[in-house]
Amino acid sequence: MTQINSKIPEGPLTEKWSKHKAKIKVVSPANKRKLEIIVVGTGLAGASAAASLAELGYNVKAFCYQDSPRRAHSIAAQGGINAAKNYQNDNDSVYRLFYDTIKGGDYRAREANVYRLAEVSGSIIDQCVAQGVPFAREYGGVLSNRSFGGVLVSRTFYARGQTGQQLLIGAYSALNRQIGAGTVKMYARHEMLDIVKIDGKARGIIARDMVSGEIKRFGAHAVVIASGGYGNVFFLSTNAMGCNGGAAWQAYKRGAFMSNPCFVQIHPTCIPVHGEQQSKLTLMSESLRNDGRIWVPKKKEDAEKLQKGLIGPNDIAEEDRDFYLERRYPAYGNLVPRDVASRAAKERCDAGFGVNNTGLAVYLDFKYSIERLGKDVIEARYGNLFQMYEKITDVDPYKEPMQIYPAIHYTMGGTWVDYNLMTSVPGLYAIGEANFSDHGANRLGASALMQGLADGYFVLPYTIGDYLANEIQVPKININAPEFENAINEVKGRLDKLMNIKGTKPADYFHKKLGKVMWDYVGMSRNEAGLKTAIKEIADIKAEFWKDLRVPGIQGEVNQELEKAGRVADFIELADLMARDALAREESCGGHFREESVTDDGEAKRNDEAGTYVSAWEYKGENQEPLMHKEELKFENIELAQRSYK
Amino acid sequence: MSEKILKEIKVRVWKQKNSTAKGKFETYTVHNISTDTSFLEMLDILNMQLVEEGKEPIVFDHDCREGICGTCSLFINGRAHGPDDDITTCQLHMRKFKDGETITVEPFRVGAFPVIKDLMVDRTAFEKILQAGGFVSVNTGGIPDGNAIPISYDDAEAAMDAASCIGCGACVATCKNSSAMLFVSAKVSHLARLPQGKIEASRRAKAMVAKMDELGFGNCSNTGACEVECPKGISIANIATLNREYLMAKIKD
Ligand SMILES: Cc1cc2nc3c(=O)[nH]c(=O)nc-3n(C[C@H](O)[C@H](O)[C@H](O)COP(=O)(O)OP(=O)(O)OC[C@H]3O[C@@H](n4cnc5c(N)ncnc54)[C@H](O)[C@@H]3O)c2cc1C
Ligand code: SF4
Ligand code: FES
Repeated sequence: MTQINSKIPEGPLTEKWSKHKAKIKVVSPANKRKLEIIVVGTGLAGASAAASLAELGYNVKAFCYQDSPRRAHSIAAQGGINAAKNYQNDNDSVYRLFYDTIKGGDYRAREANVYRLAEVSGSIIDQCVAQGVPFAREYGGVLSNRSFGGVLVSRTFYARGQTGQQLLIGAYSALNRQIGAGTVKMYARHEMLDIVKIDGKARGIIARDMVSGEIKRFGAHAVVIASGGYGNVFFLSTNAMGCNGGAAWQAYKRGAFMSNPCFVQIHPTCIPVHGEQQSKLTLMSESLRNDGRIWVPKKKEDAEKLQKGLIGPNDIAEEDRDFYLERRYPAYGNLVPRDVASRAAKERCDAGFGVNNTGLAVYLDFKYSIERLGKDVIEARYGNLFQMYEKITDVDPYKEPMQIYPAIHYTMGGTWVDYNLMTSVPGLYAIGEANFSDHGANRLGASALMQGLADGYFVLPYTIGDYLANEIQVPKININAPEFENAINEVKGRLDKLMNIKGTKPADYFHKKLGKVMWDYVGMSRNEAGLKTAIKEIADIKAEFWKDLRVPGIQGEVNQELEKAGRVADFIELADLMARDALAREESCGGHFREESVTDDGEAKRNDEAGTYVSAWEYKGENQEPLMHKEELKFENIELAQRSYK
Repeated sequence: MSEKILKEIKVRVWKQKNSTAKGKFETYTVHNISTDTSFLEMLDILNMQLVEEGKEPIVFDHDCREGICGTCSLFINGRAHGPDDDITTCQLHMRKFKDGETITVEPFRVGAFPVIKDLMVDRTAFEKILQAGGFVSVNTGGIPDGNAIPISYDDAEAAMDAASCIGCGACVATCKNSSAMLFVSAKVSHLARLPQGKIEASRRAKAMVAKMDELGFGNCSNTGACEVECPKGISIANIATLNREYLMAKIKD
């Protein structure tokens, strides 16, 4: 049986990374030229890794399902990226960023990984500036910062409400430079459908050319998964439509452990669901909580009138507004972490104080900051978000408060990796949102971009060398080896199976059904009975899917229904694992809220006796129960405390 | 959010099997669409209906559905990104249409963007232009502190304005000459406005323009149509910046 070894280096926390770097092996430039690396995904993590590895001299093949690497989901990140620069002189430091991240993650992340993340965070900003990322600046010419939830300092760098776009354009331009130079071969509109292992090591992938339908094989000395998160399990989420768990799921089926799949982030400030015809939810950036105040009416009768559309928000007197976050959490107010803010919104709405026709919305009000700072300032800070809101809802947020409600946003869980970001399959790495490593049970705002770029620019390019130094004798991988033959046949068999069900329902039908089960039972609030129901209902959906799916058209051409069907098939299986993981974790922590485990005042209650572990699920075969390994989390530098934002 | 229901909408869509096949319009009908529904959600509903009827759904490109990835395209009722201003197709809502209306939906029609299938086009040409020079030549690591070189507020803001381009191609699709000048100029201006990008500004302009010409995009005759349809408000003033950088490069030659 595979043993869990997180390979965390010995020594004091502050020296682990530098000592580790000094110890690990390095590949010579001449040998780098002989080695090939596959990078699946070109979001912030994948693009930064592919570009940096190619600059070092490796031969890189990069893959994405969109028509261009620039369109990866990272492009949609709005609010900002954290870094411990202490430019504001507000007593920020590497240690403080480390501490905030561990605490924000409700003490369910690895100390060593998080400390390293905080350590390299400053270099990310320098790198991006050098690439021409137009971060917001002060009149004196220095970089500007804003605050995000769960912290008391200002360490978030931003480019209007389009930070992800600008960071990705930076990484993408570095990637383009390498593509132009011929050191990266880019395969856009290619979807990875399997990992190929030879003698236990990752040696390549099978991908479908989404234009011709051709199933192709690609070999490499190492494979990096940078395929993002799996939030779309829930059907409705803030993720891009194509975001999927497929690459990570195929890796799981080939032996890479899956960690903490039940840790999902529900973002408090999204535009509420409008109805059955919806296919996507839109985030309103957390940065808005810097200047917006969240409230619902104090009086139930006001809420009822709002729900019936008899009055509007501006009809409610000042003293009749309940700024419930400021009331419950005076120290952090509107800037409590996401999981706390989401649950508080749900609590008010469940109690009947929701403000729209569905009763599932609260207000995010800018009236107060417009009075204080003027409309111009608010427009300069959030103009594009306000425009986005107005286009979707037809309401002008300068005049009327926004309506918001929590929605699925990010997955902290993901492929298990060791300190070197290698999965439990030798030669297979996972970076960015696809891995589990840095955010514990709840991610702080503006930390995903930081982690993706840390992994891609400053961690993987070092750690992958340690593995590849032992591979320099291995010749170019033979893609006609029987292992590739078998994998390609399996992929083709699976696609044929999907095509040949010839049932009556499109993939979306099953996806919506799955999403509803997940939201109801594996969403913001979970309990034992509900999770057991979910496992059963997911099994029913799976059976129905394989009996009644209809994929029109043929395999050998553009077939978007086939793409969706493959992803939904993976989501169904992943959903089952998520429910199992949630059931096994008998405590509340971060985004994982078990109704059985709450404090007297209704806050999430951790159980550190039972819960200080990372689950690492091992695939045991089709229709077999997966096996959970536990990686013990050791806290040597931080004392575990019940989180308080009061 | 005053929702209304559109009882019947006719959608006249361009169907084309692949890049070499001849295409034609087909008309479909959808019922009971909420005005709060987005245009692409309406196409989703239509597609579900088509699959259930055993027909092939309409192929179209999309991903983020919030106006930032630049994947969605489409010519809707004769306008790139449809009948609304400063938005992408995915941000278009059905409240912009009337009950009973027939909506015509076509792919971007540009020689350099061949149709792949139905409404999906191949914009790889944009990639090639950027690969030719749309970057600052720095490797990862060994970079001075982010605050080492101050950048004026105005320069940062102007660079950001130009950097907002999402690479959708609406400017090319709208231009009667199929010129890519707005797209190219946005990248050139974004980097030329910053000290980090200034160093290779002329070289960049020259390389990108040469690639653009090679790929068969047309010439710019200053009609300004591109600016009007650009969902991100990229200004035509950027084209002047590009021309200036290009001229400088030529003088240096
Ligand atoms: C609306 C929104 C706003 C956000 N705002 C912020 C923010 O302000 N700050 C912050 O820190 N974080 C934010 N986040 C989170 C953050 O954007 C993501 O976690 C992060 O960008 C993920 O980056 P990534 O590189 O890991 O993956 P992604 O950017 O998701 O990229 C995944 C890549 O993998 C490819 N891919 C996937 N599957 C396959 C396959 N099978 N075959 C081939 N290629 C594949 C895709 O094509 C893509 O290139 C936000 C998220 C959302 C949804
Ligand atoms: S300039 Fe405007 S229209 Fe042209 S590609 Fe960029 S965003 Fe699209
Ligand atoms: S789908 Fe991303 S911009 Fe329209």
